[in-house]
Amino acid sequence: MATAAYSIVFGLLGLASLAAAANAHDSLFAFHAWLVAAACGAVIVYRLMTHRFAPRSQPDSGKYLDSVVRAGTIATLFWGIAGFAVGLVIALQLAFPALNLDWSFTNFGRLRPLHTSAVIFAFGGNALIATSFYSVQRTCQARLALGNTAWFVFWGYQLFIVLAATGYLMGVTQSKEYAEPEWYVDIWLTIVWVAYFAVFMGTLLKRNQPHIYVSNWFFLAFIVTIAMLHIVNNLAVPVSLLGSKSYSLFSGVQDALTQWWYGHNAVGFFLTAGFLGIMYYFMPKQVERPVYSYRLSIVHFWSLIFLYIWAGPHHLHYTALPDWAQTLGMVFSIMLWMPSWGGMINGLMTLSGAWDKLRTDPIVRMMVLAVAFYGMSTFEGPVMSIKAVNSLSHYTDWTIGHVHSGALGWVGMITFGAIYYMVPRLWNRERLYSLRLINWHFWLATLGIVVYASSMWVSGIMQGLMWREYDDQGFLVYSFAETVAAMHPFYVIRAVGGVLFLAGALVMVWNIYQTIAGRTRDEAPMGTPVPGTA
Amino acid sequence: MDYSTFRQFADSWGLVYLMVVFIAVVAFAFRPGARKMYEKIARVSLEED
Repeated sequence: MATAAYSIVFGLLGLASLAAAANAHDSLFAFHAWLVAAACGAVIVYRLMTHRFAPRSQPDSGKYLDSVVRAGTIATLFWGIAGFAVGLVIALQLAFPALNLDWSFTNFGRLRPLHTSAVIFAFGGNALIATSFYSVQRTCQARLALGNTAWFVFWGYQLFIVLAATGYLMGVTQSKEYAEPEWYVDIWLTIVWVAYFAVFMGTLLKRNQPHIYVSNWFFLAFIVTIAMLHIVNNLAVPVSLLGSKSYSLFSGVQDALTQWWYGHNAVGFFLTAGFLGIMYYFMPKQVERPVYSYRLSIVHFWSLIFLYIWAGPHHLHYTALPDWAQTLGMVFSIMLWMPSWGGMINGLMTLSGAWDKLRTDPIVRMMVLAVAFYGMSTFEGPVMSIKAVNSLSHYTDWTIGHVHSGALGWVGMITFGAIYYMVPRLWNRERLYSLRLINWHFWLATLGIVVYASSMWVSGIMQGLMWREYDDQGFLVYSFAETVAAMHPFYVIRAVGGVLFLAGALVMVWNIYQTIAGRTRDEAPMGTPVPGTA
Repeated sequence: MDYSTFRQFADSWGLVYLMVVFIAVVAFAFRPGARKMYEKIARVSLEED
């Protein structure tokens, strides 16, 4: 019965997509309509195959719905490698422009949003969906609400990623940073996101536990706020109902402010609040101690929620935005030191009395480094939002370095830690394949981040100083091309950092693959000397 | 409400509002007698999977 219903619904959707492809206003929209039709076809084929030949022997009907978390974990790894690899390619393109290949599909301008969206939304987003589903079930002692809707969230989100990514390569973009997908992809994401909210909220509502643990507050704030930001920033009028182009509802400085209200809160609520949810659940679990101060976590939560939403204007210093609005953005950014320190203290002090684990548990090591980078990058951010500092840092590589210390250091490391924690439990393995390989991953990634961030600091400050250098006649000393040439060595160093980070991630994929395959590596435990070296 | 009235409202009453909210949050979190409950919630994550 279910197979028949699935086939009819997806068959009709597929036919509608084909009709849209046939009548499309432009070839880009037609391609995406074909893609959706193919996805519908794939669903039908999958249902028919599993229905007739191999009925699932063990439907996932246990205490928790974990199959979707397993899928999310694998998707996180897959998109992570893809996103890091594209990042390395565009880093090399900046150092060696010939690598643009003189082909529109591999041009830096198209690959760059592919990289940012792949790491933030595909890697980070899948990590958030998987970890939030994992932890909300356990802190609520309840199975995910609404049956298989969680699976719709998972596959719907992958379709969003594929539509967005193929769109970037073909040149479909509304030119809003971190919100590049066009109107029809935005609508699809809205539907998926509402389903995500319903599953998460439904699970909270049916919890068998009187309290709502703090990690769920952070995850909920992330889901709700991202929905609000996404809808408002993507208010646009399509040129044609079957075409890929649209125009924003706002114009000029209003459009810019809406975009950076969105853009900064994508950082604040996607990359910060969401991953703080990971920190508040997975760090106490790995350390086996309760969070240092639950009261501090409440202050941390509410100060983060109330302050972050106002910080966006710091992206528009010295622009047409009214001066007072710029100052407001700056002041609220500086106040963000409060949740920054609250979270950092709470995370690090969770280890008090268990600091020895740093020596023996590389997962704890990763989480501690993540919190350290959370502290560092959320200290650096407010400094850069100060107008005087921003006049030097804005539009330079310093900003790129800042973003990456947050993205690789905080988001990346806390995600890796959570994945290493979850995988043996999700696949019922006694332990991970190898702890020593985690240690390798830790050092490769750490070195990669340090090399990346420090080369971008030097490059960015140099770039900013060269741009503002006047001679005694009042002329600019350097032409733009000279600043680009001066940055070349740092671009090469940055790419080396990227190689290290990507290598670490590949070590992780190998480790996770072996763990899922059920193997354990014969090795000396961490904290003891390797035989033959001492 | 014109632009400057709105602005004046935002940087006076808006400021007061946020300040009051902040103090209320801190006072609520650190109210006497809540320690026991918070210590209990903090252990929620550590309970059996």
